[in-house]
Amino acid sequence: MTELPEMPCQELVEVITDYLDGALAATDRARFEAHLEECEACQDYVQQFRQTIALAGQVESERLSPQAREQLLSAFRDWRTRG
Amino acid sequence: MVLIADSDGALLERLRAGDEAAFTELVERYSGPLMRLVRMYVPSAAVAEEVVQETWLGVLAGLDRFEGRSSLRTWLFQIAINRARTRGARERRTVPFASLADHEAGEDHPSVAPERFLGADHDRWPHHWATPPRRWEELPDRHVESKETMARVRAAIEQLPPAQRTVITLRDIEGWESSEVCNTLEISETNQRVLLHRARSRVRADLESYFAQ
Repeated sequence: MTELPEMPCQELVEVITDYLDGALAATDRARFEAHLEECEACQDYVQQFRQTIALAGQVESERLSPQAREQLLSAFRDWRTRG
Repeated sequence: MVLIADSDGALLERLRAGDEAAFTELVERYSGPLMRLVRMYVPSAAVAEEVVQETWLGVLAGLDRFEGRSSLRTWLFQIAINRARTRGARERRTVPFASLADHEAGEDHPSVAPERFLGADHDRWPHHWATPPRRWEELPDRHVESKETMARVRAAIEQLPPAQRTVITLRDIEGWESSEVCNTLEISETNQRVLLHRARSRVRADLESYFAQ
C-alpha cells in the first residue's frame, strides 16, 4: 500500500467547498479525510465553516417594498383584463 | 430543487390562465434573488427595485411568446439581466458578470491569514496551525445564532466583492444548486466554486473576529 502525502492544515482550509461539493479528486478526498480524522484544529475549523454556511442559510431574502408589490399586482390585473 | 422546478412549471400554467395567486407566489419566490442579481449592475437598491418591477412586467408581456424551452427561472433571470444591463449602461455602470467573476477568482486571496500557520521550514509541522480556531460553542456569553450574529452575517455578505456576493447569495441564502448558478450567471463550475469558497471563508473570518471581541 502506497501512502498518500499528508494534506497540511493550510491546504485543507482551501479545499473545503470543493470537498463539500464532491469536486475533489479521489486521492485528495482521501487525504482530506485522513487529515481531518487526526487534526482537532481542522475539525474545529470545518465546523466553523459549516456553521457559517448554515447561518447564511438563515439570512432572509430581500423583499420588494409593499408599494412595488402593489404596483405589480395592479399591473397584473390590467394585463389579465386586456388578455 | 427538482421539486421547486416542477412547481415553477405548475405556477407558470396557472399564470397563463390568469391566476393572481400564482403571480404573487412567483413574485415572492424570485424578487429577492432578482434584486440581488440586478444590484450588481445598477448603482442603488431603489433602481434595482425598479428593474425587478420591469422584469415582472416583461414576463407578463412575453408570456404568450415564452415556449418553455428554457426553465422559467432561466428566462426570468435573462430578462432581468438584459434590463439591468440597459439600465446600468444608462447609469454609467456596466460590468459583464463573467469578467468580474474571472477577475475576482483570479486574485490570490488565502482563506485564512498565512501568519496563522507554521512556516514551510518548520521541522515537524510545516503549514499546520500556529493559531488554531476556537470552537464557537465554547465562547462565553455568545449565542451563535443570535439576532446580532445574523446582522453581522448579513453585513459581511453585503461587503463582499460583487461576484462573490452574488454566488454566496444564490448558493447559501437562496439554496440553489451549483449547476443552476453556473447556467444563470454563465460562469464555469470552477470559478463558481472558487468564488463561493472565498465568500464563505471571508464571512467565517469576519464571524471569528466578531466572536473574539
